Amino acid sequence: MINNMLGQNIKAGAVDGEDSGQLRPQKCILTVEQLSAWYGNRMAIQDISMGIGAQHITALIGPSGCGKSTFIRCLNRMHEVSEGGRVTGRVFMDGQDIYASQIDPVAVRRRIGMVFQKASVFPTMSIFGNVASGISLTRFWSRRRDLHDVVERSLKKAALWEEVKDKLDQPGASLSGGQQQRLCIARAIAIEPEIILMDEPCSALDPISTLRIEELMLELKRDYTVVIVTHNMQQAARVSDWTGFMLLGQLIEYARTKEVFTVPKDKRTEDYITGRFG
Amino acid sequence: MKAQSGYFRRQQFSRMMLVLCGVATAMVILVLILILGYTLVNGISYLSLDFITQQSKPVGEAGGGMRDDIYGTFILVGLASLIALPVGLMAGIFLAEFAGPKMASAIRFAADILAGVPSIIVGVFAYAILVRPMHTYSALSAGVALAIIMIPVVARTAEESLRLVPNSQREAALALGISRWRITLGVIVPGAVTGIVTGIMLAVARIAGETAPLIFTALGSAFGVQGLTQPIGALPLQIYRYALSPYSDWQQQAWAAAFLLVILVLGINIVVRLVSRRKKK
Repeated sequence: MINNMLGQNIKAGAVDGEDSGQLRPQKCILTVEQLSAWYGNRMAIQDISMGIGAQHITALIGPSGCGKSTFIRCLNRMHEVSEGGRVTGRVFMDGQDIYASQIDPVAVRRRIGMVFQKASVFPTMSIFGNVASGISLTRFWSRRRDLHDVVERSLKKAALWEEVKDKLDQPGASLSGGQQQRLCIARAIAIEPEIILMDEPCSALDPISTLRIEELMLELKRDYTVVIVTHNMQQAARVSDWTGFMLLGQLIEYARTKEVFTVPKDKRTEDYITGRFG
Repeated sequence: MKAQSGYFRRQQFSRMMLVLCGVATAMVILVLILILGYTLVNGISYLSLDFITQQSKPVGEAGGGMRDDIYGTFILVGLASLIALPVGLMAGIFLAEFAGPKMASAIRFAADILAGVPSIIVGVFAYAILVRPMHTYSALSAGVALAIIMIPVVARTAEESLRLVPNSQREAALALGISRWRITLGVIVPGAVTGIVTGIMLAVARIAGETAPLIFTALGSAFGVQGLTQPIGALPLQIYRYALSPYSDWQQQAWAAAFLLVILVLGINIVVRLVSRRKKK
């Protein structure tokens, strides 16, 4: 159906090209194979295969509705939570398919964290409680003393510690928008995942907060793998190592960021990044 | 000219409808004021500390209060809450968080029907399943009857409040690798707690004034509160008995009890207002 809409053969996307040296990063932490996802009967992404480089920042760009968010939600099994959400294909992490029947999605999400577009601070919890929630809500009982180190470390990594260290007991919702988003990042880091998925984390933020989060991503890259969905092409160009361009549910091109933005192989990628459509 | 007269007529009609709506609204408020005023005027004269702290006295003896019946009402409400709160809350949580859309709408339909069953029928039901097998009227059977009335109210209001918690909260918690039941207890329920408490209070206010089911179950008691397996008095029951009695002293007491009951229910409603207003801040 999608092929017909475009009137051309999308199957020959960059991922399946011959140029195997450029296909995927050297050391992949996630390997996606023929991933398709649906909402009810509507196909949202079709047959995507790619490798996510370990300790890389991988950016996904593309026009609204192209399936970027759906795709990263498939990477930590969040897509199946949506109404009518269904997935086929495989995603390997350390040689293990996270969609295998014996795998508990909750365990997958402990290793692959996620930050959403809208900062979803838990309004009933304090700043401290928000950061600790991933730990305190998976244990039977935890003492504040034991949690304190984790909270402090996570907030420091999220570059928020200096701003909140004197008001850890105030409600998380009392922070500004940019601070709330960093609080969500701290909360995601606190459970020490290996991969952090970010779904347009800066789209609701002002340029200064955006800059802070971008710096933060570069910082996080040392310990974690980051996958970011963004509408902002400058952002993708600034922070990411590899960039994937998606269109109508398919991965059109996936290569080193520098190549995608300077010598795109596909005409559609070029059109998009030069602003001719989308 | 013709167009203008049409406009004038429409304006007149509009004005008339506005006045009618205003009158209807005034009637609603007037009824409330009349009930409050009537019970106040008739009840306040008998109301005293003795009325609340004294036992009832036999016909002919002056004085006497409704201590046991007030106590009984609290026991019955407590007993009903003890049964209805866990059942209602868990049903509400299941409805909002775990049931599929088809199942949820079926359960919701059933709950709404249960909420609409006339209370006297609930009373007859409790009579059939508890009073007859136990061969005695009892506080327990009355508590069960009131609980049956309370459960759907609690379940539905809990469900509505839980649904108001945005889905992004559930997703954020899921993405942290927290299990569903911990999310529900640790994130969703705390976020809905004011709404849930409001629903519980309204359900309590509703059953505190129920009379019909108590006639078949609690019966009333001239000997005070004797235990859960014995008949027990309650304010609405006593209002019913005393108001129908031929003794003017008892009729006076019925008015005072009615006033007390109205104040109790009104008080609960005001507390609900305060609680839900605090949430909006």
